[in-house]
Amino acid sequence: MKVGALKEIKPGEARVALTPDSAAQIQKLGHDCFVESGAGQAAGFSDEVYEKAGVSVVKDARALCEAVDVVIKVREPEMDEIKALREGQTLISFFWPAQNEAMLEAAKAQGATVIAMDMVPRISRAQKMDALSSMANIAGYRAVIEAGNNFGRFFTGQVTAAGKVPPARVLVVGAGVAGLAAIGTSVSLGAITMAFDVRPEVAEQIESMGAEFVFLEFDEAATDGAETGGYAAPSSPEFREKQLEKFRELAPDVDIVITTALIPGRPAPKLWTEDMVQMMKPGSVIVDLAAEKGGNCDLTVADERLVTENGVIIVGYTDFPSRMATQSSTLYSTNIRHMLHDLTPDKDGVIKHNMEDDVIRGATVTHEGAITFPPPPPKVKAIAAKPKEKIKELTAEEKRAAEIAAFKAQTRQQVGLLAIGAALVLSVGLVAPEAFMRNFIIFVLAVFVGFQVIWKVSHSLHTPLMAVTNAISSIIIVGALLQIGSTSMLITVMAMLALFMAAVNIFGGFLVTRRMLAMFQKS
Amino acid sequence: MDFGFTVAAYAVATVLFVLSLGGLSGQESAKRAIWYGIAGMTVAVLAMLFGPGSGLWGLSLVLIALGGLVGWQLATRVQMTQMPELVAIMHSLVGLAAVLVGFNAHLEIGRVAEAFATASLPFPQPEGLMSVPAYELWRSLTDFAMIIGKKTAVEVTILRVELMIGIWIGAVTFTGSIIAYGKLAGRVDSAARKLPGGHALNASAAILSLVFAGLYLAYADSPGAAIFMLLMLTVLALFIGYHLIMGIGGADMPVVVSMLNSYSGWAAAAIGFSLGNELLIVVGALVGSSGAILSYIMCKAMNRSFISVILGGFGGTTGPAAEIEGEQIAINADGVATALNDADSVIIVPGYGMAVAQAQQSVSELTRKLRAKGKNVRFAIHPVAGRLPGHMNVLLAEAKVPYDIVLEMDEINEDFPDTDVVIVIGSNDIVNPAAQEDPNSPIAGMPVLEVWKAKQVFVSKRGQGTGYSGIENPLFYKDNTRMFYGDAKASVDSLLPMID
Repeated sequence: MKVGALKEIKPGEARVALTPDSAAQIQKLGHDCFVESGAGQAAGFSDEVYEKAGVSVVKDARALCEAVDVVIKVREPEMDEIKALREGQTLISFFWPAQNEAMLEAAKAQGATVIAMDMVPRISRAQKMDALSSMANIAGYRAVIEAGNNFGRFFTGQVTAAGKVPPARVLVVGAGVAGLAAIGTSVSLGAITMAFDVRPEVAEQIESMGAEFVFLEFDEAATDGAETGGYAAPSSPEFREKQLEKFRELAPDVDIVITTALIPGRPAPKLWTEDMVQMMKPGSVIVDLAAEKGGNCDLTVADERLVTENGVIIVGYTDFPSRMATQSSTLYSTNIRHMLHDLTPDKDGVIKHNMEDDVIRGATVTHEGAITFPPPPPKVKAIAAKPKEKIKELTAEEKRAAEIAAFKAQTRQQVGLLAIGAALVLSVGLVAPEAFMRNFIIFVLAVFVGFQVIWKVSHSLHTPLMAVTNAISSIIIVGALLQIGSTSMLITVMAMLALFMAAVNIFGGFLVTRRMLAMFQKS
Repeated sequence: MDFGFTVAAYAVATVLFVLSLGGLSGQESAKRAIWYGIAGMTVAVLAMLFGPGSGLWGLSLVLIALGGLVGWQLATRVQMTQMPELVAIMHSLVGLAAVLVGFNAHLEIGRVAEAFATASLPFPQPEGLMSVPAYELWRSLTDFAMIIGKKTAVEVTILRVELMIGIWIGAVTFTGSIIAYGKLAGRVDSAARKLPGGHALNASAAILSLVFAGLYLAYADSPGAAIFMLLMLTVLALFIGYHLIMGIGGADMPVVVSMLNSYSGWAAAAIGFSLGNELLIVVGALVGSSGAILSYIMCKAMNRSFISVILGGFGGTTGPAAEIEGEQIAINADGVATALNDADSVIIVPGYGMAVAQAQQSVSELTRKLRAKGKNVRFAIHPVAGRLPGHMNVLLAEAKVPYDIVLEMDEINEDFPDTDVVIVIGSNDIVNPAAQEDPNSPIAGMPVLEVWKAKQVFVSKRGQGTGYSGIENPLFYKDNTRMFYGDAKASVDSLLPMID
């Protein structure tokens, strides 16, 4: 099939959905690649480079749309672009179907299939095509760089001959992909970094990046982030109050605030209020990554850098990834390439739109003249493993029945053994004389006592037990002592030998046991 | 001398011995229990010296002191890792002592009979009151001979049967223990070996023993023939002891040692019968039954038939063992240390390899370091790990590993799936998944530690060969297993500086 990348028409958008590198990979899947002339210019990929990579350069958007079967781009399409699609054609790009219903209807009317890169489900298998994460990663990094650009001091603290420089204090609000990337960048620049998130389970991730987790004492049944696909859920008003209180406490001390808090399908929550901005020191910087969705800060104006009366700089750019167009184009085109890889399972250049596949189904918003948004919940839940299944509790009756059965079986076994044992002893008694039987009874009783005593010995003491029984078995010394007084020389010598060996055993056995037992100690 | 006092002392000694065995149920009470055992033995020996064994008591004391000196040397010099060997070789002493005492009993009977014959009196005495000359003669006998002298014909026959049993079991214990010692100490090939004929040879030896026993009773009156029969019986028993234990593979030695322990007790009891000594009977029976139960517990742990263990020789395989696919992937100390530093929970599975390499101190140091970092470190001990039951516990205790983090198989087996890192140090069969997966494996059905369910398994092992028992281990080929080749002590020592 033919895959072609459009040139972005939104002013200022520098990214492109196809790079020469990704084109080479897509060609390996059996597809032919096309690109609109000048599409990669802003991202640093000239038409010549594309041509060298075997990509056909087409002069304008109309010609490209006519030529290809699959249209790829970065930003959500505009109405004109949708109108240019034809039946059976596939569009792969960001789409934001929940916010763009009119566009969705239009795409349906055109009969085109639309795969929204922002709808890729958040499951492990789909991470390679998760463009939101790859773009958020860039945004987080760029946010710190923008902040540094606007901030008049070092990030890291220094003591120099020319005076002491305090380290910058950075607060990152929202520890999603962008937040974590911002934390990493800020920490590596040497700033004291704090981070906050409403999901307590990310505390570990924050700390793993080297930042301090701003802990909020609040009792609320926290929703598991995994349930909501790894995103934060809206919080209760009480929680919000508590949170703002904490931020007010921090505001006078922080130099840089980077807010990344977003709730899917809603305007961004207002977390950094006007009074907090006024508390901040002049020269402080706020970078609001949520500006596109209204901003986390009250004063944010989308796509603007403004300076408040007290000298705080608020950066509300919405095009952080585009500001690093080469990097973001490389990552985004790789995400697209992975999507195409999953769409062409046989690598024969034929796209099989498998609606049974969780990832493809989730990302597809229109298909064969129907709107397929929202998708059903994915079969595989995101990220965290399921808690262990509980063992089924037995009811009281079942337990009793089991106990009774066990008791009966035990009784049967015991009675059986006793009967056999008694019969044996009695039959011996029939033939043996009384003197023997006296000893025999002692013997049987001793066996029984040994039997009862040993069952209770703890496993770890089996070796000492063996050593001590070994020592005790040298009671044979008694036999030797009985015979040593014999008047026969031969008997005395043999008894002496036996006595000596038994004595070795007594001392050796007990001493070794003592050595062993002395070692056991509690922690 | 009034023997009433001696018998009372027997009672005291017996109670002390029972307390001693029972006290081993817990680590703390065990420290007291050992003193009960020592006190019991002291009481028994003293009672004998002052009572019926008073003849030559000076010589006896010297011999005991000499024996004590040797025993002391053995016990204090032995390395903890050589414990199994020491216990095994000491069993052989008890066995040999039983044989000697048994022979003495036989000789004594002959001497008494001769004494009666020279006085032209019948021996054994007919039932009823003794005639005056017979009584006079009996009074002149000493110690053990006195007991024999008053026995009736049936009692003397029983006496002979008893002493034969004592000698037979004693002889089996003697050679068996020596072979067990040889296998444990590595002086005898540890693989299971049988002479041609195998079990049939054992069985025919046992039947021949019965024949000679019968002949011994039949020719009891002619001293020359009787002693020949008894010697033949002993030789056969010695052969059985040798062949029985040779036929058992090295991995089963824990059960064998415990079984021999039991045998030595039974031998003492049988001798007790023939000497008419209650103390010997009681204590022999105690030791015999405790050893038997210990073997039984171990057999259950290995899923083997108790009977087949007692009789020696374990069932062979019923079919070809499953082929193992894949390869063993090696890893170096860096990799293991990184995994350990990242892990929250670690389980260490020690085996005989740890004992051989004397690595317990290093393992203990590793444990201390990991625990200091707040990691959950535990030990998983299989009931038959090592060469003695509880062998690993003893070694770890020696290295001062706290015993409350040392857990048994049943306590810890469920925790493996939630464990980050398992380190297997020198154990093989007890972590072999073939026991559960391959019905044709020689160890099929034996409960094993399910280490392969953990996220990562590191196996510290000297080389690629199979273990002591010669059974292939599919664990080594699993995806989550990495082989950490080298001497266990050197390997663990190389990890220590890398744990930070």
